[in-house]
Amino acid sequence: MDIHLAKIEPALEEREAVNSVLGAPESGWSGGERRIDLEGHCAFGGHRSQAQRHLLLPVLHAIQSRLGWITPGALNYTCQRLDLPPAEAYAVASFYGLFSLTPRPRRVLHICDDIACMTRGAEELCGRVEQRLGPPSTDTLDGKATWYRSPCLGLCERAPAALISFAGERPCEGVFAPADPNRIIAALQAEGRDAARESPDRFDVKASVPQAGQPGLTLLKRAGRIDAESIDDYRAQGGFETLRRAFSLGRSWVVREVSASGLVGRGGAAFPTGKKWDPANRPVYLVCNADESEPGTFKDRVVMEADPFSVIEAMTIAGYATGCERGYLYLRGEYPLAGERLAHAVTMARQRGFLGDDILGQGVRFDVEIRRGAGAYICGEETALFNSIEGYRGEPRNKPPFPTQFGLFGKPTVVNNVETLINVLLIVEKGGERFATMGTSGSTGPKLFSVSGHVARPGVYEVPFGATLRQLIELAGGVSGSGRLQAVLLGGAAGTFVSPGELDTPLTFEGTRAIGAVLGSGAVVLFDDTVDLRKVLLRIAAFFRDESCGQCVPCRVGTVRQEELLQRLARGRPIGSTEEELNLLKEIAQAMRDASICGLGQTASSAVESALRRWRLFPPGA
Amino acid sequence: MEDTDLVILWGSNARETHPIFFHHVLKGVRKGARLYVVDPRRTSSARWADVWLGLDVGSDIALANAIGSEIIAAGLQNRAFIENATSDFGAYREAVQPYTLENAEKLTGVPASVIRELAHAYARADRAQLCWTLGITEHHNAVDNVLALINLALLTGHVGRYGSGVNPLRGQNNVQGGGDMGALPDRLPGFQHVENAELRAKFDKAWNVKVPPKKGLHLSGMFEAMELGKFHALYVIGENPLQSEADQRRCERLLRGLEFLVVQDILLTPTGELAHVVLPAAAGWCESEGTVTSSERRVQRVRKAVDPPVGARDDIEILSDLAGRLGHHWGRLTAEDIWNEVRRLSPVHAGMSYARLEALGGIQWPCYDESHPGELFLHSRLWQRPVVGPRAQFSVVEFEPPVDALDETYPIRLTTGRRLDSFNTGVQTSRYRSPLREPERLDLSPEDGARYGLTEGERVRVSSRRASVEVQVRFDPSLRPGLAFLTIHFQDVVATNLLTIDATDPKSGTAEFKATAIRIDKLAERPGAQGRARLQPAP
Amino acid sequence: MDQRDQKDPWLSHQPRPPVIPTPRGPVPVPPTFPPRRQLSLTVNGRKVSVAEGTTLLEALRGIGIDTPTLCYLETLTPVNVCRICVVEVEGSRTLVPACSRKVEEGMVVKTDTERVRLSRRLVVEFLASSVDVSTSPQIQAYMNRYGARPQRFGPASPPAGHRDAARAGYHEATDGSRAATVGQPVKKDNELYYRDYGKCILCYKCVEACGTDAQNTFAIAVAGHGFEARISTEHAIPLPESACVYCGNCIGVCPTGALMFASEYEMRQSGTWDESRQTQTDTICPYCGVGCTTTLHVQDGKIVKVTSPLDKDVTRGHLCVKGRFGWQFVQIRDPGSERR
Repeated sequence: MDIHLAKIEPALEEREAVNSVLGAPESGWSGGERRIDLEGHCAFGGHRSQAQRHLLLPVLHAIQSRLGWITPGALNYTCQRLDLPPAEAYAVASFYGLFSLTPRPRRVLHICDDIACMTRGAEELCGRVEQRLGPPSTDTLDGKATWYRSPCLGLCERAPAALISFAGERPCEGVFAPADPNRIIAALQAEGRDAARESPDRFDVKASVPQAGQPGLTLLKRAGRIDAESIDDYRAQGGFETLRRAFSLGRSWVVREVSASGLVGRGGAAFPTGKKWDPANRPVYLVCNADESEPGTFKDRVVMEADPFSVIEAMTIAGYATGCERGYLYLRGEYPLAGERLAHAVTMARQRGFLGDDILGQGVRFDVEIRRGAGAYICGEETALFNSIEGYRGEPRNKPPFPTQFGLFGKPTVVNNVETLINVLLIVEKGGERFATMGTSGSTGPKLFSVSGHVARPGVYEVPFGATLRQLIELAGGVSGSGRLQAVLLGGAAGTFVSPGELDTPLTFEGTRAIGAVLGSGAVVLFDDTVDLRKVLLRIAAFFRDESCGQCVPCRVGTVRQEELLQRLARGRPIGSTEEELNLLKEIAQAMRDASICGLGQTASSAVESALRRWRLFPPGA
Repeated sequence: MEDTDLVILWGSNARETHPIFFHHVLKGVRKGARLYVVDPRRTSSARWADVWLGLDVGSDIALANAIGSEIIAAGLQNRAFIENATSDFGAYREAVQPYTLENAEKLTGVPASVIRELAHAYARADRAQLCWTLGITEHHNAVDNVLALINLALLTGHVGRYGSGVNPLRGQNNVQGGGDMGALPDRLPGFQHVENAELRAKFDKAWNVKVPPKKGLHLSGMFEAMELGKFHALYVIGENPLQSEADQRRCERLLRGLEFLVVQDILLTPTGELAHVVLPAAAGWCESEGTVTSSERRVQRVRKAVDPPVGARDDIEILSDLAGRLGHHWGRLTAEDIWNEVRRLSPVHAGMSYARLEALGGIQWPCYDESHPGELFLHSRLWQRPVVGPRAQFSVVEFEPPVDALDETYPIRLTTGRRLDSFNTGVQTSRYRSPLREPERLDLSPEDGARYGLTEGERVRVSSRRASVEVQVRFDPSLRPGLAFLTIHFQDVVATNLLTIDATDPKSGTAEFKATAIRIDKLAERPGAQGRARLQPAP
Repeated sequence: MDQRDQKDPWLSHQPRPPVIPTPRGPVPVPPTFPPRRQLSLTVNGRKVSVAEGTTLLEALRGIGIDTPTLCYLETLTPVNVCRICVVEVEGSRTLVPACSRKVEEGMVVKTDTERVRLSRRLVVEFLASSVDVSTSPQIQAYMNRYGARPQRFGPASPPAGHRDAARAGYHEATDGSRAATVGQPVKKDNELYYRDYGKCILCYKCVEACGTDAQNTFAIAVAGHGFEARISTEHAIPLPESACVYCGNCIGVCPTGALMFASEYEMRQSGTWDESRQTQTDTICPYCGVGCTTTLHVQDGKIVKVTSPLDKDVTRGHLCVKGRFGWQFVQIRDPGSERR
């Protein structure tokens, strides 16, 4: 393309950061050293150079983690390498919350102030940090660091949570949960390049999977019982045996059993997996959606951290069954440990022949590439996720066409959530019919719940579908805080509130539907009676305003108007009467639900509306 | 262009010179078509290409013949088409045989493997378009260059079918229309040969005059005739030859030597300043009615939107008045009256009534009658079995280097061209404030810049065997050492055409604007500059 | 022929006469595709039959149902982002955008239900409360048609100067007393056009016209995130430093006047812009041989702007910098005006 580059010579560091992903340039025409004697009479480009665009996001990550921000020089050099217009690259980079396009200190702290952490002292934490470091988004510690408030970091079982990242030649990231202000500030100040690498909290099975080691677990059976970084340990516990079994029983057997199992997607939309896997669609790509960003949801993270090989094995079975030879795992950017462990698992699996051109000598070809998100909730939406992988802004596409016809790179694609995929292991082990006997007739199999908030033992819980909300809370040790439950948020920010009177609802798709609630991703956040629910609603409204991608009008403006309206109500300063405002809120909600492109806008009012249906939070005249 | 599998742009920087045409190329590319660009410079068009072939200036025939030779050697020629619709293939095969890939690499600079790739891709494509512009025609052997390309289309059968063809891209909005109307030395309107008595008789009768039976001169021929003292008066309508012709000094001398020079134009051009009589005219495209014919033979209406300035008159009015003074009273003719006369006399325009042009938004000739839709592309007859009309002839053409040879004194090859926001000699485009416009400069490769010890923005003297001009230099990485580039847009500031050679193609009369041998000399330090010795001219 | 004749330009050089006009062959036609299947659908209770591949919008327009659109243009790929064209389709949980949704066999469509009207009204209210729509007659007409009352969201917030630097995923705290807007200073960084993004509804048309749908220059793109999403060059650099080639195709497709020719903008500022006194004449661009149709907008005997019709295959509404802006020369020829 005749792209227009700035006349900036990239600095060595910028060049190295980009080359760490793309390798050294092939030609002087694409950013390499000018060798006019060799290349003065021909050059290659066109379709070949355009096909590299999907490398943009990994390159941006490399720049960000090397330099601490996306510098104009590095972006310019990226464009030269990828034959990409700078305005496009800028548009993509500026889409993601984790990237900075203005100079920023190399040490960055994110503190979660989202709904689950709110119940466990996030405000106090932010206050203490602000006292020591100054207001968020400003440079601190002599310009060495900065800090931000952050939406849910997916560490709700260990709230309050913080994420710290150091850019540099040896970048590192780590989490602190529960975060203590002294500890995180010490880490932020630490000298020596490995200081931050050592101090963060690693995976702690007791804190995250309270049921670990209990008999009867299926999806979580290996949690805490294996070394998540050892393929030998995984194999010793039966790892990759399911893959062998799948190979021996054949593709169509696997697809048939998945259909028979009644398995539906665990990401929130509950679409039958068997239908997605229909071989008639001739899928080309298998995508594992690990962009778990729904506030209050952390089950996928725990699975990936505790048992990463199972995810790779499940993807391989799915790839084999559907005939895809290429798999992508799109991982939430805020999950450094999961990323580390999955990357290791992929490398090991390749080494041992569980991934590659000839898996287990069966002539099956499948490989997995891990792509990291960069702080955009919307990329959990499957078509936004495709755009993100392809190197475009993570804006959702209109559906139809559905991914089964027009997915990643425009090709038929199977996309499944992490939890959905590991259920497939169970189905292959037991057979679809036996799987279907677990749970209820409308919701088969086991289900993982992320339980957090005012609960005694937060964590990921595995129960068969059909357990009631009360049973789940009891399993988690009951209500903590004041001990008096005020509300439960099911399904995260895009979910619905239920009241203590609804605790006997079975946690199934049909059970929740019956009370006008949704199961969503399986997030269960408890609030005791000391919580001001209006503040929770304001936090949710702010979340959607931040996370709307901005593409369609109803969501882009609707989420803003919803937040403004709730702010007015919370401050008792309605325009006209409270009643008029509540009616306006209904209209906003309906327009967003009816006219938005994707699930984000369609559900951006769901929690707010469900709360207003159950409680009189804004009495008229108040 | 949008429904094709391969596009070759040869000697054309359509991205800048035909921007809207390039939109269509890119639509094709986005649908999967591969794009090859053949150009000495890595132009903005070339940067879209799957493969850019940066041949040395003037080596087009060597490259084309090598492609032909390779296609034949690989057995990829379209045998059925050649047999059915062409002639002289044997002679062609024999002639191109010595143009092996290796020889062509030596002559053109383009690596043999890349030439081979283009040859195979073009021959194997289901549908392929071959387009060219002035990079092919502004050479002393322009017609041979064109024939060399046509040979390739005949060899592969990429002509006369939907999605396949040869496209010379026209540089002006009505240069095609001028030809249509007989503004050619040997043609009457509708391309009817003036030396054909039967055709001429038709015009004699319609016009009630005797049309001279001998063909006229093309522009370069006129200048030759002036040189020989056989040409005394010139009537120029809408041209600025003083600045647009090669070797400007000679041009000026000859124009000044004329006994009578009339210039009819919308602006007082430098040519007009030399004229004995200047006739101010209305701007054809917005101050008068009529038609123009585009590059794709589409006749379209131009309409009057504004009044011409006081004193400027419609071309038809001026010509009618002139005819009246010469004793031919045509009456008050409208553009449509004249057009209808064209339709009566030119069979290919016969079906194009104003009403139809209006309704269809233009019609591509030939359009023989009012039920004829016009033709999307030409030469479909070549696919009839047996072929309709004469066979298409292969032509034997040989590589000849540019006339203005490089040597030690003039070691750099200057080529000329155009930029996106300007048009030809800038008579029209210099009047709007384009944010893209920069002062004219000589583009040089960074390597040459270093070799001559130049800094960007420095003024240098550029000399050819004919003249010198002073200009700033700019380093352009799309150029390789030994290649320099100037536009022709700012002749008042940088008279590029003082430098160019008037070696013209004997068949078409086009001058070799694209290949001038130059040298570059640093300018002497200005008085007052301290501490630096006078620089010697570069070797 | 003796030596002297050889030199005589009248007699030298006899190229072989080319075969023009070519003998008549068959009239060429583009390849035909198998006829498309006819699909039937029901619109507001009325049976309609359309060819496969037709969009709902085309089907609705075909039967005279006026469906509002903002981000849709015949010459651009539908992006379905403004959502004002939504209609109700039986069996669909949400409303569907008519502009991009293809007709399916047996679809049952309703276009004027309360649900549809509500979404359309809210879309207009959302836009009119956050964007200056004063130069968009189209949006104003929709406001009337759907009874939009954007003031329900409160008084507009004042223009902000920092939208170009907004960070994705963060926004300043609001107390809800003022409705956030995209108001911001006008950008004037070149001689040919103004960018007043306080009037931008983010319909993506300019980005499409600058990008894959026409010009392929990609000088601008949608940058940022959420309500802070904006049309921007890289790092918001001024146009003269960007890839912009001033084809003006972005202006040609802008539905709100956010992008405006300098000529029009300045006349509007000085109060002399008067469309009722203007004529529009189609002619052909005076420059290269592509044959682009240009529409000359003339007021008081002067060209005031140049556009291009959408329905011409050659241009599809798009021009280059010369055709779009290179018309001044005809107007500076008044007697006495200086050459150059």
